[in-house]
Amino acid sequence: MYVIIAGAGKVGWNLARELIAKDREVTLIESNHDRFRVVEQELEYAVQYGDASELWVLERAGIQRADLVIAVTGDDEDNILICQVAREKYGVKRIVARVNNPRNLAHFKMLGIQPAVSATDLILRLIEHEVPEYGLVQLLALEEEHLEIIELEVLDGSPAVGRQIQQIPLPKGSLVISVLRSGSGFVPNAQEVIEAGDQVLLILDPGLEGQITPLFAPLGAGASA
Amino acid sequence: MFILIVGCGRVGSAVAKRSLDAGHEVSVMDVDPRSHERLDRDQTTNWEDAGGQFTVGTALEVDGLIAAGIDRADVFIAATSGDNTNLVISQIAQRRFKVPRVVVRVADPARAAWYAEQGLRTICPTQIAIDQVEQVLLAG
Repeated sequence: MYVIIAGAGKVGWNLARELIAKDREVTLIESNHDRFRVVEQELEYAVQYGDASELWVLERAGIQRADLVIAVTGDDEDNILICQVAREKYGVKRIVARVNNPRNLAHFKMLGIQPAVSATDLILRLIEHEVPEYGLVQLLALEEEHLEIIELEVLDGSPAVGRQIQQIPLPKGSLVISVLRSGSGFVPNAQEVIEAGDQVLLILDPGLEGQITPLFAPLGAGASA
Repeated sequence: MFILIVGCGRVGSAVAKRSLDAGHEVSVMDVDPRSHERLDRDQTTNWEDAGGQFTVGTALEVDGLIAAGIDRADVFIAATSGDNTNLVISQIAQRRFKVPRVVVRVADPARAAWYAEQGLRTICPTQIAIDQVEQVLLAG
């Protein structure tokens, strides 16, 4: 597998190291000459100097035979365009883009640049998982499959408390797949009674969160997703 | 027509002034508030009094584009100093806001040509200069 990485910052450099250690063929492209010289000391011929948003730089790196292009520069426009050109002009099968400013994520999605990875977003999700003050955590979004897995904390006084799962009016297209209670998790059957303080994992069609969260929050409380 | 120009440099500001003189409604956006000065230079009335609109904002921030009137723009011109910024915002204007006419300035001839093939109306000052220099040389 041949991998091209644009941007030799901390992310790009370490990615290149990891992939080379796993015997992948890697070319790293860096546009800042000082940075290039530093990285070249270690990676030698595996790093090239140039602006990866220019076509000839990508061609010099052999983009025509790349299996994967990863754009992790500090500039979201660059990452979008590098991936767009890689896929649409050179037919690279797999791309990965880094999102620096989470507010730009919509632009990546609209231009079809997926997967787009945002460090801020990942850290935020970890925080939410550890400190679920928002009540709902999106654990996994399977965009291609149109499924999401979310985690909810069951709050005291909510419609779900004291009811069997089969009695909870969950919308069609959603399913409780696991309950975490007192530090351990189990896969419940339809008769399992939900208790306040449970952490419930559901799999659902995207867009159903708004109907689901009120079932696990106290009546009258604004469901914040 | 309502024309939205992003990037108030030499090209953007000149096109803005000409469009306003020609009777169009013109909105200009730039990240640098000082760029407004270009719109007033050599003019008897200042830009706003003449009927122009100016918004300070980063082109990737959708709120700024909406404040500048992208929803009702007939023409969108991406004329910032960055090729990559221009190529991204022009695609946003075209695909997300469905602006009927989108014009993009791209300094890099190779990418100007490729994106033109993809359906963007690109203008490449570098290519124009190359062609003109070539003409002069061959004429000599």
